[in-house]
Amino acid sequence: MTQPEQHFHDPSNITNPEHASHHIVTPAQYALVFASLLAGTALTVVAANIDLGVFNPIIALGIASTKMVIVILFFMHVKYQSHLIKATVAAGFFMFLVLITMTLSDYISRAWGLW
Amino acid sequence: MDSAIANTQVDHDTAEHEHVVLPQHRHHFATEEQQREAGSFGMWLFLLTEIMFFGGLFFAYLLYRNWYYDAFVAASNQLSVPLGAANTAILISSGFFMALAVWASEVRKKAMLVVFLILTILFGVAFLGIKAVEYHEKYEKHHIPGASFDASQFINPSAYGLNEKPLPPDMAQKTQMFFFLYFAMTGMHALHMVIGLGLLFWLLARAQKGDFTSGYVAPIENFGLYWHFVDIVWLFLFPLLYLINRHPLAH
Repeated sequence: MTQPEQHFHDPSNITNPEHASHHIVTPAQYALVFASLLAGTALTVVAANIDLGVFNPIIALGIASTKMVIVILFFMHVKYQSHLIKATVAAGFFMFLVLITMTLSDYISRAWGLW
Repeated sequence: MDSAIANTQVDHDTAEHEHVVLPQHRHHFATEEQQREAGSFGMWLFLLTEIMFFGGLFFAYLLYRNWYYDAFVAASNQLSVPLGAANTAILISSGFFMALAVWASEVRKKAMLVVFLILTILFGVAFLGIKAVEYHEKYEKHHIPGASFDASQFINPSAYGLNEKPLPPDMAQKTQMFFFLYFAMTGMHALHMVIGLGLLFWLLARAQKGDFTSGYVAPIENFGLYWHFVDIVWLFLFPLLYLINRHPLAH
């Protein structure tokens, strides 16, 4: 990570409080991401047509999650963002998982006959 | 009040902090980098509320899929994998061109930015076009939940030439739950795309005026975050709705 140029004395670090360096992702990197996302789509269709029992949904979600992480890191530039932005994104997904887990535990412990 | 405005003006002119003031730079941010980061932060907070919004739909899907699994499999197999996979590729392409649009804006290439925004729009419209074809097929087959829903092909699949497990009438009715979630989730996703396309036309008009190729990237960048988020929702919708179990008679 390269620090941005500083043209004047900045002892209290006002210019760049989050130590964010402005990074431009190149078209070549985007093309690589694009190709990997297309490959992931093909892979998920192929995997769905093979009978893997309980592993079918696990693999499908695994591929979708991998694609999501690639999109977030590169298309959405989170890999090159400050800790503040990274923590914000992570907090959102963590909160989502907490809510899913808590709601699911409620349903699982009620309608016994249906599970 | 007038004097307050005048005072603010004076304060601004006597600039305490020494830095080059670019036209897009708001005076309450110490630096442009700080302004940019605050903008990204705000956009991400909005996207977090969107995660929670779609999350509710995904949770409903998870629950009903477990309760009415056989109905979900039979109903899911009525969706077209070629159309769904093609739409996934189209949406990824749209996202790719949006990413390139952000790059063009960063390196200040106006003509390229305009071209990439147009390509983003074209692929977005193509996605909605295929979605409309799929919705129309559901209408023709009476697979839209409600009074005119027809569950007969799930009760007696062989009469319709389908290689599916026949469902008891009560379970066959539960296919409506799948189609309800299918329309709710893809419909809400499509609504986000329609809103996105509206914003894209606005960004395109401003990009043609050169608004985003003189160092002011924030609207393009933040719209890109929104567009990629909508892509991510679809990356999950495709396997969860179209590919539940493509070999229903295996077990």
